[in-house]
Amino acid sequence: MAHAYTPGLRVTARTKLRKTRRLPLTGDVIVEVGDQVKADDIVARTELPGAVTPLNIVNRLGIVAEDAPHCMTKEIGEKVEMNEVIAESSSFFGLFTSTAKAPVDGTIESVSDVTGQVIIRQAPVPVELKAYVDGKVVDILENEGVVLETNCAFIQGIFGIGGETNGEIAVVVNAPERTLTGTMIKDSHAGKIIIGGDMVTLGAIQKAKKAGVKGIVAGGIDDTDLKELLGYDIGVAITGSEDIPLSIVITEGFGKIAMANRTFQLLRQHEGKKASINGATQIRAGVIRPEVIITQDISDESEATEDIVAGSMSVGTQIRAIREPYFGHIGTVTELPSELVALPTEAKVRTLKAKFENGEEVTIPRANVEIIEKD
Amino acid sequence: MSIPENINVILATDCGSTTTKAILIEKVGDEFRLRVRGEAPTTVEAPFEDVTRGVINAIEEVEELSGRQILKNSDIQTPSDGMNGVDIYISTSSAGGGLQMMVSGVVKTMTAESAERAALGAGSIVMDVIASNDGRLPHERIERIRHLRPDMILLSGGIDGGTVKHVVELAELIEAAKPQPRLGSGYKLPVIYAGNKEARDKIRERLEDVTDLQVVDNLRPTLEEENLAPAREKIHDLFMEHVMAQAPGYKKLMHLTDAPIMPTPGAVGLLIQAIAEDEEIDVVGVDIGGATTDVFSVFEETFNRTVSANLGMSYSVANVLAESGLENILRWVPFEIDNADLRNRIVNKMIRPTTIPQTLTELKIEQAIAREALRLAFEQHKSFATSLKGVQRARDISDTFDQSMAGETLVNLESLDLIVGSGGVLSHAPRRQQAMLMMIDAFLPEGITELAVDSIFMMPQLGVLSTLHRQAATQVFEKDCLIRLGTCIAPFGSMRKPKEALKIDLELSSGESISETLPYGDLITYPLTFEGTATGEITPLNGLDLGKGKNSPIKVELRGGIVGLTFDARGRRPFGLPDDESERLSKLLHWYESMNIYPDEE
Repeated sequence: MAHAYTPGLRVTARTKLRKTRRLPLTGDVIVEVGDQVKADDIVARTELPGAVTPLNIVNRLGIVAEDAPHCMTKEIGEKVEMNEVIAESSSFFGLFTSTAKAPVDGTIESVSDVTGQVIIRQAPVPVELKAYVDGKVVDILENEGVVLETNCAFIQGIFGIGGETNGEIAVVVNAPERTLTGTMIKDSHAGKIIIGGDMVTLGAIQKAKKAGVKGIVAGGIDDTDLKELLGYDIGVAITGSEDIPLSIVITEGFGKIAMANRTFQLLRQHEGKKASINGATQIRAGVIRPEVIITQDISDESEATEDIVAGSMSVGTQIRAIREPYFGHIGTVTELPSELVALPTEAKVRTLKAKFENGEEVTIPRANVEIIEKD
Repeated sequence: MSIPENINVILATDCGSTTTKAILIEKVGDEFRLRVRGEAPTTVEAPFEDVTRGVINAIEEVEELSGRQILKNSDIQTPSDGMNGVDIYISTSSAGGGLQMMVSGVVKTMTAESAERAALGAGSIVMDVIASNDGRLPHERIERIRHLRPDMILLSGGIDGGTVKHVVELAELIEAAKPQPRLGSGYKLPVIYAGNKEARDKIRERLEDVTDLQVVDNLRPTLEEENLAPAREKIHDLFMEHVMAQAPGYKKLMHLTDAPIMPTPGAVGLLIQAIAEDEEIDVVGVDIGGATTDVFSVFEETFNRTVSANLGMSYSVANVLAESGLENILRWVPFEIDNADLRNRIVNKMIRPTTIPQTLTELKIEQAIAREALRLAFEQHKSFATSLKGVQRARDISDTFDQSMAGETLVNLESLDLIVGSGGVLSHAPRRQQAMLMMIDAFLPEGITELAVDSIFMMPQLGVLSTLHRQAATQVFEKDCLIRLGTCIAPFGSMRKPKEALKIDLELSSGESISETLPYGDLITYPLTFEGTATGEITPLNGLDLGKGKNSPIKVELRGGIVGLTFDARGRRPFGLPDDESERLSKLLHWYESMNIYPDEE
């Protein structure tokens, strides 16, 4: 293969990151280019159209649908209060009057002469868009949002759940191969982003929820625990809107897999600092991976370290196996044979030889490794 | 884009969700043949996020293997100067991800069900079905529409000339919900109206301003008629426009190709139709990819296609687990495995979609999952393969109110002549026996059925080529693509206590003969090449049936293939694996051994 390609994830100690923050609907941007903002600051706001309550007045008034608009006592666009009469009809020479009352406070939005349905829309729901990261406003998307720039350490995870949140980093395991369990979580972790090693257990997640932890970053998680936590199988991996009070970012995969040392050390180095995390993952074309952003001095204009992303592989490249039987093992490429090699499955594929940290030398399909960046 | 008249060298790629495959076809003498094939991971993920990067990588592999220089400054050198460049470059793509739809109709079991069938047949995921009588209050329906954010809504309801009130009411709900599309805020949500034509103006009044409204023919013009084609075609067009084009770098790829990019399922469908037409047979084709599994069938000259957008072997593999359940996958695994471990292995494939099985254990697990993905996709196909493309299908008045799908499907396993498999897990199975058994286990063919597999996963490219150069596509398809695996002979019926199931008396063209009685529950393969024949008689025993009635013998002339003749006496209707764990394992091992499926343990 001319270019060895691996879908490597970004882990970088220092980078200049741009984040586009967009409202779900058009609205008002309330910051200006050059403003310094904090993660919890509101940068734009809008109003989502309120909930809608339909009311069919045909049966209530004993009329035909075509007459519905003529029976209205309130105009389209007029505000109404709950139990206020909005339509009436009279019958038997005006002796009997039937009325229809508004079931909710709101505004009359439409009256149908086909169905007799009156749509009442309740008050709009305000939506506020937070900055999510500490940074500087570098661009305004008129009526839509802003572009923020931040100097940060940036870690991409492989899978996550839960949306955007932020908190102070607390590393609760002493090594990347230690498991984050419930007993390690204290009340003092409330409001923090806690860091685990090779795995976070279901017990730890439950305890973290109770303690008010805002987020968890760990190497692995058991899919069985994830199902127990969410109450359903993930199925199609489009996450980020789970109904859980904390966000989880998994850096390596499912099962017990030590967090990459570089990732762990980077998080440890920033212990006590504020991190913004987002568990949202979309494994599809236009993939979205979960992330950890640790803002550094936002006024610091010093050079960012080089972004380390997947590149070409050569002898000496550090790699990590990303599938059984060596999942999680780290090693160095010792040979890149150009001919196809038969695997134990009998499939003939492109492989590489690698020497693991424990001295073992193995042959692995090139498709089953990812490149690890060097410091 | 211009198509040269004199074509000798053809480059074709297929951008799958996981892998991009390139083939180079050259004219040798009077014949077009496959020269080499290259493959590279599809690059829709960071750091590249550009499908053309994967295309270039796959082409570079073709260059290395063929010695032909094709790329010049990241562009494709056309036409060929003999030694270098190609005369034409074409491509298919399925790298855009799934289509998520919401459908609505007036009566849940009638128009709403027809609408659901139209949407599923067009390859979408139906997120919810909203109907006037679905038991929900109007405000609950509105909340649901607001919450789900589908890619598209299909609105139907009412027969032509019938009442307009109910369908307009649904339109009012959609209008009130002000639905926002999932992908980007830059465009309006597409809504396809395929209901009562009398209501079109009212629907336009309600929805034209707030949505991207498209009006097509009613999918249920009368109570007894269903006309799904116009709605399906429109969904398909919008899918191409809105969803497939979301694949990063798609526009760049459009500039590289010499002909419009064809969606992968469309291209494979063309080939399956061609086989059915040329051989005048009933065919089922399947293309199992990373994100989707497409099933095609031609029965009674009627072509049907379903795209199961969330059943696949990489991006969608966790959804196979969610839909089939762990037990159904486990039943095909020929060893004991910890449930939690199996689950983790499956979801790890989802998050690292381009990895491949290195050990036999991993391969066996992958092939167990594939059986379930294929089974589920085929079930979906059977349920929805009911109407002719572009032709109205008449329903009998008696089944107007009985919308259950039982017995309505066009898929008839007894009349099925050939199953063709394509896609990584089938085409790249290290032994062809594995592909054959995966398809037998998933589709459970009945009676006499031939099986074939796409040799190296190139049917999509040949499908698009067939629209431009039929001769080249046909020659490569016959000589280099279609691998005949053999014939499966499977009686239907079942027994409580295993007795004798099949009496086989066959003379092979090689002069040998097969004379054997197979017990119920057994599976056995005899080698026989595609050129060879086996003639004689096969008799189903003890209440089993091969299509001529219980215990009635049939005269046969069977063709073989690279695997040969497989006699499957494991029963049908129902087919079942033993509930007892050790009995199940011993059966699986016995079958796998008798078909020589896997090499001896690692």
